[in-house]
Amino acid sequence: MSGPFSIQNWEAWFSDWGFFAQGFLRTIYISLLGLVFTLVIGVIVGMLLCGKNRLILALCKGYMSFFQNTPLVIQIFIYYNVLPKLGIRLGVVAIGVLGLALYTGAYAADIVRSAIKAVPTGQMEAAYSQGFSYLQTMRYIILPQAVKIGLPPMTNQAVNLIKNSSVLAVIAGGELMYRADSWSGSNLIYGPTFVMTGILYLSICLPISLLARWMEKRSVRHV
Amino acid sequence: MFDRWIHAFSVVFSKNILLFLGRGLLNTLYIAAVSIVLSLILGTILGLMRNSRGKLISALATLYIEIVRNIPLALFIIAMRFLTKLPPLESGIAAMTVFTSAIIAEVVRGGLNSVGKGQWEAATSQGFSRTQTLWYVIIPQAIRRIRSPLVSQFVTTIKDTSFCAVVGTYELSFTSKIVAAHRTIVTAEDILVLYLLVAMIYYVVNRIFSGIARRERGNAMKGIVR
Repeated sequence: MSGPFSIQNWEAWFSDWGFFAQGFLRTIYISLLGLVFTLVIGVIVGMLLCGKNRLILALCKGYMSFFQNTPLVIQIFIYYNVLPKLGIRLGVVAIGVLGLALYTGAYAADIVRSAIKAVPTGQMEAAYSQGFSYLQTMRYIILPQAVKIGLPPMTNQAVNLIKNSSVLAVIAGGELMYRADSWSGSNLIYGPTFVMTGILYLSICLPISLLARWMEKRSVRHV
Repeated sequence: MFDRWIHAFSVVFSKNILLFLGRGLLNTLYIAAVSIVLSLILGTILGLMRNSRGKLISALATLYIEIVRNIPLALFIIAMRFLTKLPPLESGIAAMTVFTSAIIAEVVRGGLNSVGKGQWEAATSQGFSRTQTLWYVIIPQAIRRIRSPLVSQFVTTIKDTSFCAVVGTYELSFTSKIVAAHRTIVTAEDILVLYLLVAMIYYVVNRIFSGIARRERGNAMKGIVR
């Protein structure tokens, strides 16, 4: 049997499975770190967007507008090509985490803002009347309620982040997509490589997507 | 220091580089436009299939949508490029259509489901068949609500074409990578000016569509019947 899906091709892929396992782990590692920083950026910018300072609002909106309206590929190219010339040397993993966090953070900020806005204003007023400061109100009253509202869309962003980590293939990031692309190209074995790479991505993204779907349904029922 | 910026601008804004980037932009817009049109057709069919009462049809559509939505676009682009004999631009279009139609299917389904049950009941009580209800009552209302997310999807699709750079298709991102490697581009300023120019090109195109999407979101809120 010949063709892209022949038995020999499958054997060749499975004899090199360790190479893909490493890439898979790196994808998970980059995605996890990226997600942590995404949440940090999202919460900070999202809270700032609920404030009234015009300058801060303009800066936050400018950040979101730029990062949402330009491709992640270009953003990664900029970090990869410009930073070294300015004397800042980052590895591909660090560039990946930075790029994914700044990109997804722009969307996360939107989610955090609308989640905070969805908490009734009476909650804020009640907290103030009890002598809570702004930060205390946020920490103890608003954010815990906003988390419930923002969690399903944020989970969807986590899936996007994992999928977008494949962008590192353009700068030899060593994660799963890069390894699939370079291994299949140098061994001329495409069929099994693409099928198995797809299954590996599915194995992390699908459960998270289903979780998001489940949370959405549950939150609708509670309204 | 100021000289280097002026020099960077004069290098990047040279006729040859601009023409080369311009051709990249045309390819980007071509890939995006054709994929959007094809995805709208395929996505609508898939969305209707997923909502249909036929168990098998609905299951098939669900399977397609859930698998495609949870795999990175880059994989479809690489697979289309190397497993088929399609020319570069067309293989990019094929990959983007496979991927984007699954997203549009979900938008369409969300729009159809957002129309209140009362509308179905009212139409049925007036003697409308299922198809008639869908065509005359549900779809017109659903369209008003999904216009905004659909236009947002245009922005995503235009950005997504940049993933074709992984296989070296001559769209805007890949052409900018080639320009960056050119011997006239030397200093950090040169590269920064080049990439900011490219980023601005994407920004201007996308900002038009995200502006429309925001306006449509406002319109969709008006006149909702539950």
